[in-house]
Amino acid sequence: MTAACPACIGATGPAEFAASNAPDAMQFSLPTIHCTACIGKIERGLASQNGVQSVRVNLSLKRLTITGPVQSDAIISAVKSLGFEIYPLDAATLANTTDKAGRNLLIRMAVAGFAMMNVMLLSVAVWSGASDATRDFFHLISAAIALPTVAYSAQPFFQNALSALRKGGLNMDVPISLAIILAAGMSLFETLNGGEHAYFDAAVSLTFFLLIGRYLDHQTRSAARSAAKELTALESHTADRIRNGVAQTVQLSEVAVDDIIAVPAGTRVPVDGVLLSEAALMDRSFLTGESAAVHLNQGSEIQAGEVNLAGPLQIRATAVGEDTTLRRMAELVELAESGRNGYTALADRAAAIYAPAVHLLALVAFLAWWVIGGDVRHALNIAIAVLIITCPCALGLAVPAVTTAAISRLFNAGFLVKHATALERLAEVNYVVFDKTGTLTKPAVHVPENLTKTERAVALGLAQVSHHPMSRALVEQLQTQSPAPLEDITEVVGQGVQGRYLGQEVQLGRGQWLGASFSGLGMRIGDASPIQFEAPETLRTGVREALSELCLPAEVVTGDATEPAQSFAKRIGLKITANARPTDKLERISALEAEGKRVLMVGDGLNDTAALASAHASIAPALALEASRSASDVVILKDNFTALPMVLRVAKATQDLSKQNFAIAAAYNMIAIPIALAGAATPLAAALAMSISSITVLLNSQRMRSVK
Amino acid sequence: MNVLVVLIPISLILGGFGLAAFLWAVKSDQFDDAQGNAARILLDDE
Repeated sequence: MTAACPACIGATGPAEFAASNAPDAMQFSLPTIHCTACIGKIERGLASQNGVQSVRVNLSLKRLTITGPVQSDAIISAVKSLGFEIYPLDAATLANTTDKAGRNLLIRMAVAGFAMMNVMLLSVAVWSGASDATRDFFHLISAAIALPTVAYSAQPFFQNALSALRKGGLNMDVPISLAIILAAGMSLFETLNGGEHAYFDAAVSLTFFLLIGRYLDHQTRSAARSAAKELTALESHTADRIRNGVAQTVQLSEVAVDDIIAVPAGTRVPVDGVLLSEAALMDRSFLTGESAAVHLNQGSEIQAGEVNLAGPLQIRATAVGEDTTLRRMAELVELAESGRNGYTALADRAAAIYAPAVHLLALVAFLAWWVIGGDVRHALNIAIAVLIITCPCALGLAVPAVTTAAISRLFNAGFLVKHATALERLAEVNYVVFDKTGTLTKPAVHVPENLTKTERAVALGLAQVSHHPMSRALVEQLQTQSPAPLEDITEVVGQGVQGRYLGQEVQLGRGQWLGASFSGLGMRIGDASPIQFEAPETLRTGVREALSELCLPAEVVTGDATEPAQSFAKRIGLKITANARPTDKLERISALEAEGKRVLMVGDGLNDTAALASAHASIAPALALEASRSASDVVILKDNFTALPMVLRVAKATQDLSKQNFAIAAAYNMIAIPIALAGAATPLAAALAMSISSITVLLNSQRMRSVK
Repeated sequence: MNVLVVLIPISLILGGFGLAAFLWAVKSDQFDDAQGNAARILLDDE
């Protein structure tokens, strides 16, 4: 590309940049990718697709970005055929994902690291015996590097400390800021007066080590935030509004009461409304927990969140935005969640003990040396040595280093940790409550062994067109077949699917509709007698293994009817409560908590949402409703439960390692504090204590990798 | 000791180059997918 003048180069630059970030860049979530081969397979597989201009897989975020004029459905089916799970993400919601605060911290950390290396270089010369003019000269250069660095890099600590002091409280940042400012200030004074000891290296390395902790902490929090954002983006925020006979896709916020909304087959109803179409078949399991589909007639009420299982339908909106049932439930969740915010994190509890203690200790040291020795300057030097040597950096790193390791460990295993204190709460869990439908079970269909090839092909052809959970399960069973070519396929709402195969009428649906003696799912080809498909609810993969490995008392609470619930209970060997409404689930959790149990709730439906939010900790599958996912602490990205006990083991290990780290920091303090109080701590000793304790803590946190 | 007048500025400038390079790397999105970049080096078809 050539430009006529320099101004043109400037003018085209930003435009090009904007084009590469254009809204036609599509984003997808790929929860199951984990290695080089996955990247290569997906990028190579998609690059050959028609219309794809660029394809990029981000392994850290497990995300796929595609640009070019191509349908997202084509991408989804292409990636699925490569053998990966894929979920579309809403680009608008993810638009501003550049993490400014994280970058800011990283740059401050880099500056502090650069300054630390150079100051250390000079300090080593001083420690190894530089004296007089050389020493003073080295101290001066150190001051010239350290003071601007501290002023720039330590700003996050100063700001936090200031806001804590304004509220009249103490946090970890107050002693940190005090140590940094006093060390830098006192060293400057010593340098100008030709003093022997300067703590510039300590001030800068303190800043550097603590910024590492702060950056790790930020990473975990922002990972949680972006995960939450990613999950919000999975949900559709648009509706198809029909005005004057023309359908138009509009933002959900623009839909008004009495608007006519079209709901395509297989999608979720966006607003509450009244059914205008003649009949409809809805999946309400998210709202009620009931697994059977509900048959509705014209004029029936439909609630936001229900899934349309049969053909396209139209509704007239009766409640929109904040008034929908879905929103009201979400508010209930927020209320329940506020109780959880009262939980004090381990690090905060440690800071509450540490901050006052260290201030008191430094003050006592200062006063004692002043009264006994009478030398203010010497007394102040000792007080600063105490502040520096009490290892706030090891304490500051203790929790973030472990949590970061744990969260990335869980992320690789397919779990998103959304809440900062989730791991600590999970570690305390001693009772598990499961939801049944959609969580432990999924619908399945048993295909009789004696079915001919033609019959299988016809069944697959019919099942493919329907969104009913049973049809979906049937398609899964018959995956290896190729579907029969069918004509005139129509879906009869509430009954089944019918079509023509080689001139014969073929039907797949309810027994009565087929004219059969059974009531469940069946298929009829021409005039032959109907074939029955048994439809037991199957356990999700890994549920049995997970339950046997959990070693915790557990029970199931479900909104399903008593009979299927009881037969399920027999199979799985857990206590079960049937016919539970959302409030019943909430009450059951409260009752258990009142008994002193710490409950982990695992559920997916809207009927579980309040229970998820009020339980001590909660886990939801990725396909759960938005409200349920936002109410839970951990989201399972895979369609598999085997790793569930691992989450609890990692949580326990997180707590153990955090406590060990605190113990390590405390042990260093027990050795270092008496030395500092005695006035024997040189800048060299302070630097050693600080570095060794920080590195020990970081290394100890890496033991998280070995947790299985 | 006069050599210090030369050596210290040199060490600072070299360190400064390193810092500048790091800042450039951060600003040009090279830290956005650390795991992916580590894995990509093993891809042989690019």
